[in-house]
Amino acid sequence: MKTSTFRLALTGLATGLALAAATVSVQAAEGGVKPPAQHWSFSGPFGTFDRAQLQRGFKVVKEVCANCHAMNLGNAVRMRNLAQPGGPEFTPGQVMALAATYQVTDGPNDQGEMFQRPGRPADPFPAPFPNEQAARAANGGAFPPDLSVLAKARTYERGFPTFIFDIFTQYQEQGPDYITAVLTGYAKPPEGFPPLLPGQNYNNYMPGHLIAMPQPLQDGQIEYPKGADGKPQVPETVHQYAEDVSAFLVWMAEPHLEARKRLGFQVMIFLAIFAGLLYYTKKKVWARMPDGSPAH
Amino acid sequence: MSGHSSYVPKTGIERWLDARLPIVRLMHDSAVSYPVPRNLNYLWTFGGILMFMLVAQIVTGIILTMHYTPNSLLAFASVEHIMRDVNYGWLLRYLHSNGASMFFVAVYVHIFRGIYYGSYKAPRELLWILGVVIFLLMMATAFMGYVLPWGQMSFWGATVITNLFSALPVIGETIVTFLWGGYSVDNPTLNRFFSLHYLLPFMIFGVVILHIWALHVVGQNNPTGVEVKNVQKDTVPFTPYATIKDIFGMVVFTFVFAYFVFYQPNFMGHADNYIPANPAVTPSHIVPEWYFLPFYAILRAIPDKLGGVLAMGAAIVVLAFLPWIDTSKVKSMSYRPIARQLFWAFLAVCIALGYLGAMPAEGGYVTASQIFTVLYFGFFVVLALVGIFEKPRPLPTSIADSVLANLKGASGVQLATAAAEPNVKG
Repeated sequence: MKTSTFRLALTGLATGLALAAATVSVQAAEGGVKPPAQHWSFSGPFGTFDRAQLQRGFKVVKEVCANCHAMNLGNAVRMRNLAQPGGPEFTPGQVMALAATYQVTDGPNDQGEMFQRPGRPADPFPAPFPNEQAARAANGGAFPPDLSVLAKARTYERGFPTFIFDIFTQYQEQGPDYITAVLTGYAKPPEGFPPLLPGQNYNNYMPGHLIAMPQPLQDGQIEYPKGADGKPQVPETVHQYAEDVSAFLVWMAEPHLEARKRLGFQVMIFLAIFAGLLYYTKKKVWARMPDGSPAH
Repeated sequence: MSGHSSYVPKTGIERWLDARLPIVRLMHDSAVSYPVPRNLNYLWTFGGILMFMLVAQIVTGIILTMHYTPNSLLAFASVEHIMRDVNYGWLLRYLHSNGASMFFVAVYVHIFRGIYYGSYKAPRELLWILGVVIFLLMMATAFMGYVLPWGQMSFWGATVITNLFSALPVIGETIVTFLWGGYSVDNPTLNRFFSLHYLLPFMIFGVVILHIWALHVVGQNNPTGVEVKNVQKDTVPFTPYATIKDIFGMVVFTFVFAYFVFYQPNFMGHADNYIPANPAVTPSHIVPEWYFLPFYAILRAIPDKLGGVLAMGAAIVVLAFLPWIDTSKVKSMSYRPIARQLFWAFLAVCIALGYLGAMPAEGGYVTASQIFTVLYFGFFVVLALVGIFEKPRPLPTSIADSVLANLKGASGVQLATAAAEPNVKG
């Protein structure tokens, strides 16, 4: 009886899956270009951020992205976050110096006046534009999205059955893969593509291929820390910039990622041992009926 | 199965209390001495798992409420505040959001177990209907909870689902305005959804108490579907037997739950919900949470709006009528060769509908959804007919006999050694 039940279960599942697979092939035909998977230090169960990479990524954000993109989500993200454990781990002194480079509106003071003062680490990252309308006016009608949780807000279709395998491989870097792909995916439109209107740019990985943001990164645009030989420690290329800024945005979107994975391992170990002990206790209890006869 | 109470107060305080408020007696009778069929398999641990999940959701939810702001301008940022600045806020929020998904995983196992073993049949009809009520309340609670982060999917999911009520004739528009608290999904909607999201879990808790009460009156069903005949031979006391088994089941379930919380916390969510709600931008695909997808597919399969709403409602309500739809006297499908195959086909249909619910409503997907919607309802029709002509396999005479038959068949050696061992029970 048991084997036949099992076989039926398999048949049932197979029917469902076959059907699902059939419908997926339809979907693949209409889908866009899948971003290539990059190698990320923070992927997998023991992943951690590469501090140097996050610091480089922040440099890219500060010098390039922050000219148009805000990164404060209604004051939920603050400059002090740059010094907290598990992130780029700038020193508190560095963050204080960074904050002081901004002028922040505060107030009202005792006279009821708003006033300007140097920024403090507890301040949110200053936004480049006072409001969405100002941002649109300065960017040809397009609104540069806030960067705070962007790495979790961007994805692409994994399709069936890949999305099921993702549970076990723990692949969840759709966001940074996609962002890296878009930042490096600027190209000339192919033959036969409708002519671009002003404010439109062609991108290989943007859904629909049209993106308002002009290519933001060029080779050699941002100066990276140099080694003892006077050469940059990592190449100053668009691809490297894109990877660094994507890694930074992952930390920005998930600042407690390292703590989560670390605690997770401890919890899994505990639960596995606890379950093992419970299993043998259960076996012992169930060995006999209350009257001492075998229970099953 | 609610025999006389076997509770004997031992201390003076217990006797004093028992004469005034026999609460210890109640707990003893329902969680210690309560007889449980001895042949229950691990699918029966999901009742306890669901209780655990309900409590876990309430506890994490109460703490999240201390930090969350139900205002359309502040909600999204307050969730990010929880994720970043509240101590272990990320853990609480991921426990709560993944907990909702795991709650539904457990409830679907629980429901399909009930269908397979005929747990809805007399005398358990009310027990089953109370279960359907809990399921409906869970759906409402989960839906409103998903609105609270005020992301794009929150906003547009709320817009699509609340709009469904406008299809109802005469009262439809009034209901929608009442749900919205205005003329579109906005801050008043968020406020009332927050209020109801806090209220409904306690209503679930109330119905769960009725559900357990009804269970303790009629007793648990079991894999053979044969009722308990001899409490001594057919059952074991709830404690320690069911207690230890349920706890083991819970810990294994928590292992899977924890895996998602710590390693894949956004797997069951939707990336668009990390974009703040924007009434001016419609997401390309508006998709509900995975546990609603089969019903969403049924909704979209019907070209007429009212028809779709009614079909979706019927897909859930039809479950409540299962006790009268299923015409077979035999409970467990283990003894019903045709119904059993029907069951697995039904499960496959539900999975297929779930997949179709996630796909855009266009072309082949719509046709496929329509076919599978017919198959979904077809299951209930065929189930009613099958019971009339199906010839069930012979049932065991009692629970004890089915267990003993297994003992002789599969593990005769084990039985021999067990018999040879001296009886160590003190």
